[in-house]
Amino acid sequence: MTMLNKLPLLVLGCAATMNASAAQVHAAVAANFTEAMKSVVEKFEAETGHEVVLSFGSSGKILAQIQNGAPFEVFLSADQAKPKALEEAGMVHSGSRFTYAVGALALWSTLPDFIEDDYSRLSSGDFNKLALANPKLAPYGLAATEVLDALDLTDATKAKWVQGENIAQTYQFVATGNANLGFVALSQIMSDGHVTEGSSWIVPSDLYSPIRQDAVLLERGADNEAAIALLDYLQSSSVAHDIIHSYGYETE
Amino acid sequence: MFTDADLDAIWLTLRLATTVTVLLLLIGTPIAWWLARTRSWLKGPIGALVALPLVLPPTVLGFYLLIAMGPNGWIGQLTQEMGIGLLPFTFWGLVIASVFYSLPFVVQPIQNAMEALGERPLEVAATLRAGPWDTFFNVVLPLSKPGFITAAILGFAHTVGEFGVVLMIGGNIPQETRVVSVQIYDYVEAMEYGQAHVLAGLMVAFSFVVLLGVYGFQRRGTSVWGSR
Repeated sequence: MTMLNKLPLLVLGCAATMNASAAQVHAAVAANFTEAMKSVVEKFEAETGHEVVLSFGSSGKILAQIQNGAPFEVFLSADQAKPKALEEAGMVHSGSRFTYAVGALALWSTLPDFIEDDYSRLSSGDFNKLALANPKLAPYGLAATEVLDALDLTDATKAKWVQGENIAQTYQFVATGNANLGFVALSQIMSDGHVTEGSSWIVPSDLYSPIRQDAVLLERGADNEAAIALLDYLQSSSVAHDIIHSYGYETE
Repeated sequence: MFTDADLDAIWLTLRLATTVTVLLLLIGTPIAWWLARTRSWLKGPIGALVALPLVLPPTVLGFYLLIAMGPNGWIGQLTQEMGIGLLPFTFWGLVIASVFYSLPFVVQPIQNAMEALGERPLEVAATLRAGPWDTFFNVVLPLSKPGFITAAILGFAHTVGEFGVVLMIGGNIPQETRVVSVQIYDYVEAMEYGQAHVLAGLMVAFSFVVLLGVYGFQRRGTSVWGSR
């Protein structure tokens, strides 16, 4: 049977799911929270029957898309500034903003034993490239530059910087081995509570300002019960919090 | 109007596009000549390979290049053995990526111009006892000139307009890989729309002038793709 023949069935199938008291919500999520969000949504859908459609990208791009009419109902940003900006523009359901995760930064390499759980590799200068997210665009990039400033290593390393446009691309530069070292989100290299590949240094949180990540209910999702339920689940379900912690985030 | 970073990006873009165009004319001419003359069954597959970048998303090409040029890829292992090191995040990495990416824009106009010559000029040259190299340089090349001009303009312009591949393998390094299109993207992402407008306007004006030039040639008898 060809795909075309199946199409009416598929459409019917979708319509049937929609009817079963469940609603659909379209959520835009900052790139660094991708894996954690997928796990949270899996549990959420199983528990509530609601359906969540996820879009991932840099917070800056999502913000611009929302300002220009993108059909998102929930926005999980990588920072606080962008949800606040939407709040001021009156595009957010009032009182819905909260911090769903506090991100952590890690220095990471795919090479085993390349990083000895400290920044000695960074100060030795013995690496080919240092990947970080563009500090102008990504909160994790800004945090990385704060760390380098705090360690007084900015000038020494600057010639070796390569910048990803968001933290997902930064991860890609390191994961493909093109950069020996990179500042990535701890969540990207952590699964089930530990780092899965290569070697890393979890950067002490006093070296950079906290990466508080805020979520908001957008005005166009204010009446969508699935949107409201999803944010409620993120904020108060212990299942969700456990998942979020297992990816290396803190919650408040 | 332009910041120092903008001027760096413009200069880098011009340097990249010029290098790529020169290389593509050198590499593309023999490929085009072969494609125009051959009766081999390989003509179809090779022609399709050359045309692939026309239809592939730049992210596909960028992704494969990032892996191929990386420490475990075949290009990466070759360049490391040659003592060049790794190519991603370097000017020459962008040059190689752009050569792949702009190849059809150079090969196809030249190929079409050469095919349009037909057998006649070659037969005449042969009766006058011209050797194959003599014929190629003194008959084929001059007669295909409009195709070469179109190819050079399109190859240059297409490299200037390249974005996705550069984003994937560039790493946004000033004076090395931060070309104009990436600089514009950064401005837009950072919501610095004023600065974005300046550079974006320049790109629109540049592209318009280039296409105007190409269509000017077309009116004089040779279409964008070279055939009469």
